[in-house]
Amino acid sequence: MASRKKRTAKISEEEQSRRQRFHFQAILLADNFTTKLLPLTLERPNVFLPLVNVPMIDYTLAWLESAGIEEVFVFCSTQVIDYLNNSGWYSHKDFTVKTIESPHESTSAGDALRYIYEQQIETSQIQDDFVLVSGGIVSNMPLTQLIQEHRDRKKKDDKAIMTMVIKQSLVTDHELFIGVNPLTKQLLYYDEDKICLDTSLMDRNPSVLLCSDMQDCYIDICSLEVLSLFVDNFDYQQLRCDFVEGVLADDIMGYKIFTHEISSCYAARIENFRSYDMVSKDIIQRRTFPYVPDMKFSGNRPLKLGRQGSYRASDAIRSPSVHVGDSSVIGHATTIGSGAKILNSVIGNGCSIGSNVVIQGSYIWNNVTVEDGCEIRNAVVCDAVKVSAGAILQAGVVLSFKVVVGRDFVVPAYSKVSLLQQPMEEDSDEEHLLSSVDLQMESKLGPDGAGYIWQVCDEEWKHSVAPIPKDKLAEIIDDDDTEDESVVIPSGNANSINNDVNDLYDFEIEVDGTFLRAVEENIVADLAVLEINSLRLSYNMESAHCAGAIFYSMMKLAADTPHSSAIDLYKNAASIITRWKGLLGFYVKQSDKQIEVISRLEEMCQESAQELGPLFAHIIRFMYEEENDILQEVAILRWADEKAGADESDKVYLKQCEPFITWLKETSDDEDD
Amino acid sequence: MDFQVVILAGGFSSNLVPLVSKEVPKALLPVANRPVLSYVLDLLESNNLKDLIVVVEGEDAALKVGGWISSACVDRLHVEVAAVAENVGTAGALRAIAHHLTAKDILIVSGDIVSDIPPGAVAATHRRHDAAVTVMLCAQPVSGPSESGGSGGKDKTKKPACDDIIGLDSLKQFLLYIAKGAEIKKDTRVKKSILCAAGKMEIRSDLMDSHIYAFKRSVLQEVLDQKPAFRSLKEDVLPYLVRTQLRSEIFSDQNNVEENGNGNGKNNMQNNEVVLSQILSNASLPSFHQVYESGLDSRKTHKCCVYIADESKYFVRLNSIQAFMDVNRDVIGDANHLSGYSFSAHHNIVHPSAELGSKTTVGPHCMLGEGSQVGDKCSVKRSVIGRHCRIGSNVKIVNSVVMDHATIGDGCSIQGSVICSNAQLQERVTLRDCQVEAGYVVCAGSEHKGETFARK
Repeated sequence: MASRKKRTAKISEEEQSRRQRFHFQAILLADNFTTKLLPLTLERPNVFLPLVNVPMIDYTLAWLESAGIEEVFVFCSTQVIDYLNNSGWYSHKDFTVKTIESPHESTSAGDALRYIYEQQIETSQIQDDFVLVSGGIVSNMPLTQLIQEHRDRKKKDDKAIMTMVIKQSLVTDHELFIGVNPLTKQLLYYDEDKICLDTSLMDRNPSVLLCSDMQDCYIDICSLEVLSLFVDNFDYQQLRCDFVEGVLADDIMGYKIFTHEISSCYAARIENFRSYDMVSKDIIQRRTFPYVPDMKFSGNRPLKLGRQGSYRASDAIRSPSVHVGDSSVIGHATTIGSGAKILNSVIGNGCSIGSNVVIQGSYIWNNVTVEDGCEIRNAVVCDAVKVSAGAILQAGVVLSFKVVVGRDFVVPAYSKVSLLQQPMEEDSDEEHLLSSVDLQMESKLGPDGAGYIWQVCDEEWKHSVAPIPKDKLAEIIDDDDTEDESVVIPSGNANSINNDVNDLYDFEIEVDGTFLRAVEENIVADLAVLEINSLRLSYNMESAHCAGAIFYSMMKLAADTPHSSAIDLYKNAASIITRWKGLLGFYVKQSDKQIEVISRLEEMCQESAQELGPLFAHIIRFMYEEENDILQEVAILRWADEKAGADESDKVYLKQCEPFITWLKETSDDEDD
Repeated sequence: MDFQVVILAGGFSSNLVPLVSKEVPKALLPVANRPVLSYVLDLLESNNLKDLIVVVEGEDAALKVGGWISSACVDRLHVEVAAVAENVGTAGALRAIAHHLTAKDILIVSGDIVSDIPPGAVAATHRRHDAAVTVMLCAQPVSGPSESGGSGGKDKTKKPACDDIIGLDSLKQFLLYIAKGAEIKKDTRVKKSILCAAGKMEIRSDLMDSHIYAFKRSVLQEVLDQKPAFRSLKEDVLPYLVRTQLRSEIFSDQNNVEENGNGNGKNNMQNNEVVLSQILSNASLPSFHQVYESGLDSRKTHKCCVYIADESKYFVRLNSIQAFMDVNRDVIGDANHLSGYSFSAHHNIVHPSAELGSKTTVGPHCMLGEGSQVGDKCSVKRSVIGRHCRIGSNVKIVNSVVMDHATIGDGCSIQGSVICSNAQLQERVTLRDCQVEAGYVVCAGSEHKGETFARK
């Protein structure tokens, strides 16, 4: 009896230790590493942007808590730490929030993870596999089981360092192509732009499931190796295009990433205005339950769910003639004037909306004043903005904090307006910008307006709140088709040749650059050989191409060096050849490569007949000479033989060399005798 | 069934020299002592496809094939033999016989197939989807025929290079991508528009194209007319159709065109909504072709379908010497249901008229043709010996094919080799992985490995 008791005690002890060891932890990268939400994120970190009147970070934290995470490390700026201090998040039972203040130099997820790793060495606060989420994630998926699955897989195969959550996407306009092994769900391919499968991938995997309808949720279960990989590869910046693609491309370490597809629960990440719009709609339509406006899940004040899926705060004041359509949200202490129409929109707290205003598909944040007769369609309007009477916001407009739109002013579609000036590419130093704010300086928003209209790129419609116009949608597909046009050439051969030619061209440019750098920095020929070899391998070129490309670069350099006469040019060429014969010599050991060099010279001579033309024979001779020994007589004679059958016009340079070749022939005959 | 069947029987394939000759075109090469073409004809007959056109390259070959067909199966099948010029390619051959094609759909079968996959299933799939083309796919054989051909049988150890790279939709009904492994130097590039329309695409390298296709006749003729440069069905026509399936440049049937012409453009929006609501309600999911078609103006699509044969089915194309050896071995061995013979209790077939000397053993998976004579103390293992062969004493034949009327002297040892008809091996010849041309005489006492014997 006693022994049994002991045993149970022992088991519970084990259980205890196991639980200690398998703490469920998460890292939340709450800093903003994206520029897609500019100009709003200049003034407020993106995790604070309200999503249906609740800051995004509250959704993420509430989800993590309910998903079974016991400890979360929030990597964030001081602003966020201040917010968390004032919020109730620290006082939750069984859910610890710890903050890691982001150092100023961290500008990407990679920097953040490297910083966390540094801390990890001292504190080893992260004990085991953890969940890595970025800011702006709204989800309701359970995590503990997934973490357990990941741990079990990791036990069997210690190369399985990451499990990535993906979800079937309902929209088709985003571009993400992933390839998955249909049986093991291992991620084999990840690209946001093109589909280009390596043949070796096909050799290793008899079946690859390519998906274009999947959405990456940016929720990853990571093992500790992920952190150290970021440290080892200090150039990794982003989680996806650097880390994931890097792991997939690297077969030396053999690390594997697996995917987990969720179907019944919700997960999405806000990265631009389009996803902001989509996630907001999902919240209103209760797909994210229990994180919906009428539930209290954080410091929010719940709203009342009314008819037809619209939410309204009990203290919102509106006149009876207001029409509030389906799926709209109206916040606390907001007043709405008579005759206003609110359709599919979110209106925050403390706003005052004038009469006869039309607001459709828009997001109005807190304390916004919209005067009578305004029209707002598919726009995002931030805190404390004032839209004066009669103004119109066209589709896709974003008004940042405290902007004032003048009377009857029409804000053009897709424009972004902020009190801050658009940071220049060179200096994006925020403080400098803040000091330069001058409200009186040329306001483009009408006589009494305030704010700068930012320059936006032409592709803004892709990421905007407004739905993509029909013609653009057709354009996308047309684009694709025109791009494909070259592929449709019969039998497909022409295309591959085309590609080869392009590759060759790119390769030559690269070689040229490398060579010039070598000349500038006066590198030893052996090192230059190494560099060019690596280029050759990456472009999959033959060494004959190398020989041609290097020689071309050398001659180009000679021709580019200032010279007054042909003799000068010859001297230039000669000195370059002498200097770099080690490099060129490495690639022209066989006679066919030497012939390539000769034909290359011939080509160049034809292109610039005045300059190089007359020197052809001299250069050939120079390269033949004893001390250089780049060209051998076999090659020269073979070239001459090949050329003998060519057209008369092609023989110009052959004729130029005739005396030299006859001399060569004689000497070789002599030797034979 | 309103299907016309075209059998592309080829001519004197250069891959198979020296097995083929003026007397024996590729279609008549013996597999277990029957011409390979007979396997295809049996397969078609068993699927009730009896209206056949056999296309042969070269007049001479056509005469030979025609002669054999009229002697063998004129009473059971309605077979027409058409001769086309040599080296016109498969597309060229079809172009040449285009005026013979009248049926709505055409089934195209390569004449060198030994298989038990029902072509009728391909035809049925084709009809069900109203496809422009349907391709039969089968599992890539593990140790199967390697393309290298070569002279020796040594390349069995070589892992087969992935021949075809095939992209399928998620239900494995449609062909979204096809490329020959050898063509792709480095990367597989997939058209975005097709992938986006289909959502998912499964890229398989463990399937291969079996060279059995069903084409809509109008589509096939249209493509052949429009693209005179196309030479090969597999390398030109099929990839072209797959590539352009969402931007069809060919007219399908006349009435189809009318339908589409009226339907598109006008009620585009409506269509779109209907389709979308269909998707949402999950009721009778339309194929992505329809979705795509309705989403845009004036675009036509055609469907490229696949039929994937069961893995347990046997399939080999006789297109290399290695494949010839494999087929002969399998038909009397693992896949003996194909041979149409009944095997003895020893898993071999010895024709009653064959004569065996004393102490001669014929192992399992062997075949000994009519009227052949084998001397004393011989041993035959896993080999096919044709009709009226004369084999001396103390002869060892392993893993080999000996064709009709061959003569093998005393004390010979033959392994992994092919001895063509009327060839003669004198005494004590040792051959390993060799091919001996028809009528060739190998001198006494010689020893050879991996060689090809042919008159210059």
